[in-house]
Amino acid sequence: MDLLLKGGTIINHDEEAVSDILIKEGKISKIAKNINTESKTETIDCTNLIITPGLIDMHVHFRDPGLEYKEDIFSGCDAAAAGGVTTCFPMANTKPVNDNAFLTLYMIDKAKNYGKTDIFPVGAITKGMKGEELAEMGEMKQAGALAFSDDGLPIVSSEVMRRGLEYASGIGAFIITHSEDLSLVGDGVINEGEISTITGLKGIPSEAEEIMISRDILLSKLTGAHIHIAHVSTKGSVDLIRRAKDKGLNVTCEAAPHHFTFTDEELLNYDTNYKMNPPLRGKEDVEYIKSALKDGTIDIIATDHAPHHPDEKFVEFDKAPNGIIGLQTLVPLTFKLIDDGIIGLKEFVKLTSYKPAKIAGLTDRGEIKEGKIADITIIDTDKTYLYDDKLNKSKAKNSPLLGASLQAIALYTIKRGRIVHKN
Amino acid sequence: MSFKKKDLIGLKDLSKDEILFILETAEKFKEIGKRDVKKVPTLKGRTVVNLFFEPSTRTRTSFEIAAKRLSADTINFSSSASSTSKGETLIDTIRNIESMSADIFVVRHAFSGSAKFIAENTRTKIINAGDGTNEHPTQALLDLMTIKEHKKTFENLNVSIIGDITHSRVARSNIWAMKKLGINLKLFGPKTMLPVNTDPFGCNVCTNIEEALENTDVIMMLRIQMERQSKTLLPSVKEYAKLFGLNRKKMQMAKKDAIIMHPGPINRGVELASDAADSPKSVILNQVENGVAVRMAVLYLLGIHNGG
Amino acid sequence: MEKEILNKHELDSIITRITFQILEKCKNFENLALIGIKRRGAILADRINEKIQEYKNKKSPVGYLDITLYRDDLTEIADYPELSGTEIEFSVKSKNIILIDDVIFTGRTARAALDAIIDFGRPEKIILTCLIDRGHRELPIQPDFTGKYVPTSIEEKINVKLKELDGMDSVSIEK
Repeated sequence: MDLLLKGGTIINHDEEAVSDILIKEGKISKIAKNINTESKTETIDCTNLIITPGLIDMHVHFRDPGLEYKEDIFSGCDAAAAGGVTTCFPMANTKPVNDNAFLTLYMIDKAKNYGKTDIFPVGAITKGMKGEELAEMGEMKQAGALAFSDDGLPIVSSEVMRRGLEYASGIGAFIITHSEDLSLVGDGVINEGEISTITGLKGIPSEAEEIMISRDILLSKLTGAHIHIAHVSTKGSVDLIRRAKDKGLNVTCEAAPHHFTFTDEELLNYDTNYKMNPPLRGKEDVEYIKSALKDGTIDIIATDHAPHHPDEKFVEFDKAPNGIIGLQTLVPLTFKLIDDGIIGLKEFVKLTSYKPAKIAGLTDRGEIKEGKIADITIIDTDKTYLYDDKLNKSKAKNSPLLGASLQAIALYTIKRGRIVHKN
Repeated sequence: MSFKKKDLIGLKDLSKDEILFILETAEKFKEIGKRDVKKVPTLKGRTVVNLFFEPSTRTRTSFEIAAKRLSADTINFSSSASSTSKGETLIDTIRNIESMSADIFVVRHAFSGSAKFIAENTRTKIINAGDGTNEHPTQALLDLMTIKEHKKTFENLNVSIIGDITHSRVARSNIWAMKKLGINLKLFGPKTMLPVNTDPFGCNVCTNIEEALENTDVIMMLRIQMERQSKTLLPSVKEYAKLFGLNRKKMQMAKKDAIIMHPGPINRGVELASDAADSPKSVILNQVENGVAVRMAVLYLLGIHNGG
Repeated sequence: MEKEILNKHELDSIITRITFQILEKCKNFENLALIGIKRRGAILADRINEKIQEYKNKKSPVGYLDITLYRDDLTEIADYPELSGTEIEFSVKSKNIILIDDVIFTGRTARAALDAIIDFGRPEKIILTCLIDRGHRELPIQPDFTGKYVPTSIEEKINVKLKELDGMDSVSIEK
């Protein structure tokens, strides 16, 4: 069925213009002013709304298979669609671990049948994410995986990491690293600094992240492989990545909305909804992440959507699992950056769709152009609303923003020409 | 002045007046311990449950004596914080015991923030008897009561806290309270046992023991918990005693009338040499005595009202 | 409306009379000890002790009792009663204790004080002395010596003022 988007402001990474969009057979068929169609064509009036390419979230946890009580592919895709996200990269730390083509296919098929979101499962680099033997990355690639990661756990052995990088680059895939020096993390549960001194909660120094990022950059240099550094949270990490990029190394990275929104001061109340890994950092780090999003050192925004059951978070702080759900707060938190004058609309598109598509090699999306698939997000930037249980589509509730008033929302999410969510 | 809070979680949350009020109340209770019949009927019919998720005999005993001297019924419940084998969550445990109509929970737990977490999820009044490395408010209050007895005033007093500051809830509670009371604080310990960022403490961090002891009125030695410390924090007990421990000779660096304090139990020959622990300057047993009075005062202030 | 029922001279002669009654009753002076209930009973205990000194050239041991912790209405009162502390430095064991308060009303304060004293040890005898008895007892307790019996209605108030605390000596009734 055809779909006509009338009068919206189309935002691409390089330009913005008011235009109509005609969608035919799941693709963007025509972009022009005042497109006239037969009267029966479904039309959305997009006056005063902005139209962006469907958002691509390169870092989510859908917990399926094995941990469906936290989230499953259906509820994960619901949350994605409700948040304006049309393409997701679910991480491999499922139960069992996604370290084989069978599981990769299971995930892709389940999402495909549901039809709301394309998913590109991130396969494990090592079998069982144990950091010892390489998983069958080639077969997973053939099944549809584009990237590999042991996210949640760093690969401790530099030798294994090196071989993982080499092998992945050899089959045309890339590695997403969770860079963390576990010995330096120890029993730490929050950022080490003033707040850990005040609360008596054990600290994790910034250096735990930075040391491992240094190693991973050096291994990228050694192997020439493309490395994508997940959830960058510190000033030092940004500096390391900037230097690597200046030297022309094949390094990209992402930041999560919570790391440019909250500081570790939120932990003064011991609220487990603010417990995540990497931990929320100090004010200076948060400001630095923002400036790195502006200057392009940080390539993309990814949510690290990490659902947990309410019972799991309703425990002593030390015992609570890390993570925050983020798919439905991606748009409002990132638009806050626009409101604050840190980035513009074009940068928004660059960070949330254009660059992610480029990094993953997805040439059919990431831009609103004739011939691209019709993955489109229509955003009302002015709407304020209560982010409540009714709106939340995830099975989980682990977000401190649940119950808060937010601004900017994905009004329509269009997947291959079909409206998959309407807020 | 009065005390209107439902719980006693930490001294971080109390005002100077509230702290002084608890101390004044405690001073009134001290006399009861000297009577033939060491008991008043004040909390008759009230139930105080000592909920200890981390082993401790000393603090528990002190609370138990305090509650009994106020005629409350005391029950001890011990469990391990780390044991998940039974599958019951902390709050389920709390609600279970709450349902037996307990009036006050005295809580000891291995994780920072747990006392607050419990207080937010029960109607029962909570007294924090130590949560992780966060706070141990009654210990600091008894320390302050002892200091007041010996030094009469807090304003401009010089106090040195020496030992494992990072992992000490005793140090934290004392630091928050002493700052409010106008005490000049010095901290000292192995660099591995001092927080990287000490700004929130707002006190001097010393680099050697001479600096820490110089001109000080009160020396508070913290307990080195060898069983808890990983081997990377300290090379050996012997070396700790030499570099960071207190003995009679080092005491001469402090003021002539300086007093020595310790939260107990003492590791003789480690943080405190016997000639320091047993010297007339040591007020350690005085602290223990005041501990009962302080805990009576806190139980009294929280316990006399129903509901809160 | 407030009406004075005792001026400072009348008050002083009552205290003198009570002192004689005590000395007469307790022949064994060495065994005598005074305990005043805080706050005005404690002041009266000191005054009586001054008089004892005048006649015996020697003071009795005196203690001061804060009965807050023994009150039977502690959990019902809205504000936290401030503790003033109990100061009894002598042993009450086998003593003749003169328990002194300013006004006896329901008898509940005297009851609390009796319990408190017994917690200190077993005295030979406790003799209750009150400056004013205003009636309306709720417990079977009667003072051994009373300064003045003042019939009152339940709404009326007896105000005892002592110069140590209130700047003047006077007892009045307020309606």
